[in-house]
This record gives sequence, structure tokens and C-alpha cells, in this order.
Amino acid sequence: MRYAMLVYVDERTDRSEEAVEREFAAFMAFQDEMEARGVLVLRERLRETTLSTTVRVRDDGLVVADGPFAETKEQIAGFYVIECADLDEAIEIASRNPGARSGTIEVRPVWQL
Amino acid sequence: MAALADGQAAVDEAFRANWGRVVAYLIYVTGDWDLAEECAQDAFERAIARWPRDGIPSSPAAWLKTTARNRALDRMRRDTVGEAKLREVAVTGPAARHDDDNDSGIDDDRLRLMFTCCHPALPVEAQVALTLRTLAGLTTPEIARAFLLPQETMAKRLTRAKRKIVEARIPYRVPDAHHLQERLRAVLAVIYALFNEGYGASTGDELIRKELCSEAIRLGRLLAELMPDEPEALGLLSLLLLQDSRRQARIDGEGELVTLANQDRALWDRAGIGEACMLLDRAMRHRRPGPYQLQAGIAACHAQARTSDETDWREIVVLYDRLSEIAPTPVVLLNRAVAVAMADGPAAGLALLVELEQAEVLSGYYLLPATRADLLRRLTRDAEAQTAYRQAHALAPTDAERRFLHRRLSELAPPGDR
Repeated sequence: MRYAMLVYVDERTDRSEEAVEREFAAFMAFQDEMEARGVLVLRERLRETTLSTTVRVRDDGLVVADGPFAETKEQIAGFYVIECADLDEAIEIASRNPGARSGTIEVRPVWQL
Repeated sequence: MAALADGQAAVDEAFRANWGRVVAYLIYVTGDWDLAEECAQDAFERAIARWPRDGIPSSPAAWLKTTARNRALDRMRRDTVGEAKLREVAVTGPAARHDDDNDSGIDDDRLRLMFTCCHPALPVEAQVALTLRTLAGLTTPEIARAFLLPQETMAKRLTRAKRKIVEARIPYRVPDAHHLQERLRAVLAVIYALFNEGYGASTGDELIRKELCSEAIRLGRLLAELMPDEPEALGLLSLLLLQDSRRQARIDGEGELVTLANQDRALWDRAGIGEACMLLDRAMRHRRPGPYQLQAGIAACHAQARTSDETDWREIVVLYDRLSEIAPTPVVLLNRAVAVAMADGPAAGLALLVELEQAEVLSGYYLLPATRADLLRRLTRDAEAQTAYRQAHALAPTDAERRFLHRRLSELAPPGDR
């Protein structure tokens, strides 16, 4: 069973360089662990939303704008696709994601054909 | 004709006792919740047709499980999706593991079903509804009435929950020891709701559905056995046994409701009360109080009073104070107002009731105007009491409750007679 694990964190928090580095190390350790366990299918870390661009096509044409889809406090900072037995295992994996401590992890099944 | 009636009665009895067992087993075998419910339904319909004619099988549970399983396997063979599942079933062989009459111990499909129904990935309202549907066999309209919701809303809630279990793959098992604690709270709430559904019965035709209460107590016992060091599991079982101990006294010879104060205490089940008090003692030794232990404590205060006048209302108010600190639900606050009215007089209770009415959290709940009516009656404010009794009468969910309120109303002399 495949699940997407979307990592939402508050990107506006001002943190020391040291804290950022610690968190980065925690994410790397988490990823190594997931890879060793053989559940990691895909992982991407996203750049900050100040670099985001939204694109819409409506009746009157193309609308391109600066910024993320929604101006909310918590933004998607990265995502994973994991392959595991069931929702309980997915929840267990999500709970080990460092992002779960400061932000929120959304676990969502992926369509499989 | 007698055989026919016996057959029907046996099916009714078997339904109450075995619906959850059959559904839980079929979900285990097929992994398909809708198919499980449909085939369980089929099996009971077949029982209605056959048992009056062929006689009641020696083990109704085994007959129902086998009939339902065969029906499910037939239907799965007929479609290709089912074919794949069927192979899965054949490989893992849950049917082989299952002894058809095995309903003992922790390895109980109903407990597995209960923890799955109460999975935190499902909304709380759906957890309770799904357990009532799949374990207790309540119909969707009955569940809708229990939660004061339109039938359509409840049907959608059930469908959505079942869909999520399957599509998001919520596992069908009792959580491991590490997660059991956190998953327990929802299970306790569901068992309590199950008991109340049987004890209060949302349908007007049958006040006490004994089997539903027995089922809740059975699941409560199973849980207490599984988690002997979990004080709230013991507290819940104690509470259920205490409420159940008053069953005989709650209804008089004419089928009318009798209030706690007027019950014949000789009819209370002393053995049940004794067991409940022992369980509560055991629970309290853990020194981890919780809502069920406190409610059991309140029920025990009533159970231990030899007469209504000897009730320790001061102690009950203390327990309600603690309960409203950890679980300030509107119903708890309403009951606290009743206790305060007994300890400090009806005027004090009425003042608390006014606060609750202003919060508007209990609008539509008949016990709010019924309580107001009772307090006004005790304050001899008869005209206001009558208005409140009429409001309560219009909201009361069962015939017995309506008749009770009507009696109280007619005991108050109409204003014209003064």
C-alpha cells in the first residue's frame, strides 16, 4: 500500500543556524532509516514558498502569480511516498518524521492502478 | 404454530446475540465490510425462513457463521475482484484458524472489529455509529435517532467511514501493547454508548433491549480482562454493572418507568452491585481517576444507600465536581445540577439549569425541560412546571418516557381547579 506523506511546517519561524542544521540532520537520519527499512519510494524537499509561483488557466487566459496556493501559516516543506503494510505502519513512520514534532504530517493513500 | 413462534423468537435471540460475531468474522474472512453486512443479513433472513420449519440448529452461532461465510464465498467467486480476494483468503486461511464456536479469550473478532471501528483516523461520531451498526446490529435509522440526526446524514457517515477503512487500509486487528492505551479511550466511549442505547433505547416500542446491554457488558468484561491494569476499563465495567443492577426496579408491572427515588431497592441485583463495587475498588487502587471511575463512584453512592433518603448527596456533588473538571459535558453538568438540587435544594439546582439553558448546548434534549419541570414542581411553581413538562413530553424519545411525563403532568392540578 502506498501513501503520500506531506510535511507541513511553519516556515516563518526564525530559527538559529544551529537549529536549522540540527533539524536537517534529523531529517537525513530519518530518511536513512526509511531507506534501510525499504519503505521509501520517493522523497523531495521543497524550497521556501517565497520562490513559489501559481499558475491558473481561466476563460480569460493564463493567470500567473507570485506565491503559494494558500497563504497559511503551515506550508508543505516536502513530501515522501512510502510503501508499507497499512495505515498503522504509515502513521508510525509519519510519527518518526522530524516534521511531526514542529508541524503536521498528512498521510494520504495514493491511487494505484 | 408454536414451533413457528419459537423459531421466530430463536432468530430474534440469535440476531441479538450473534450479529456482531457474524459480521466481525466475515470481515476477517473477506476484508469487505459491505459484503460482510449483506451476507450476515442474508444468513439471518435464511434463518427466519428455515428455523421455524427445520428446527433450531444446536449451535445457532455456528450455523449463522457458516451460512454467511458460504454466501460470501459464493458471491466473491462470482466477480473477478472477489476471485483475487478469495485466493488471498485461501492463502492466509483465516477460516482454518477459526473454530466456529470459539468466542472465548482475547482473540475475539468482535474486539478486533471494535478497535478497528474506533480507530483514531476515523471521526469520533463515525466510530460510535460504526460499532453500533457492525457489532450491535442496530439499523441506520435507530443509530440516527440515538444521535438526533437525519437518517441520510447517518447513512453517509457510515458509508464514508467504511470506505476510509478499506481505501486507506486501516488494519483489522487489536493494536499492539504499545498503542493499546491511546486507543482505549474511544473503545470505552463506544461500549458506553452501546450500553446506553440498550438501557435508554431510542425506539419507543421496546424500552430495554437487554441483549444490547449484555453485549456492552460482555465487551466491557473482555476489555477489563485484556487490560486488567487499566483503571478506566474496570471503571466502565463497574459503571455498566451498577446501572444494569437496577434493571428490574426501573420498570413497574405496567411497563412504566420508575425514578431512582421511587424504585423498590429490594429488586436491585445485589450480586451485580457487589461485583461492581469490587471492580471499582480495584480500579481506584491505581490512583488514576477518570470519568468512568467517577461515574461508577456516583452510581455506587446510590447503590449503597438503603433508602432514597439515605443517599449521600454531598458525596455525589463532590464526585460531580471532579467529573465536571475532567469531562465537562452538558449531560454531566445537567446531572450535577440535579445533585446540587438534592444537596442544597431545588432553587440552587434551578440556578445551574438556567446557565445550561443559556449555553443552548442541550436544546432538543428532553431531560433538560424534564429536569426543570421537576425542580419547579418541588418549588410548587406549578404553572411553570406544567409548561416545562409539556416541552419535555414533546421531545421525549420513547413511549414509556412520554407516559411518565404525562403522569407527572396530570398529578399537577390544572390551574382551573384552584
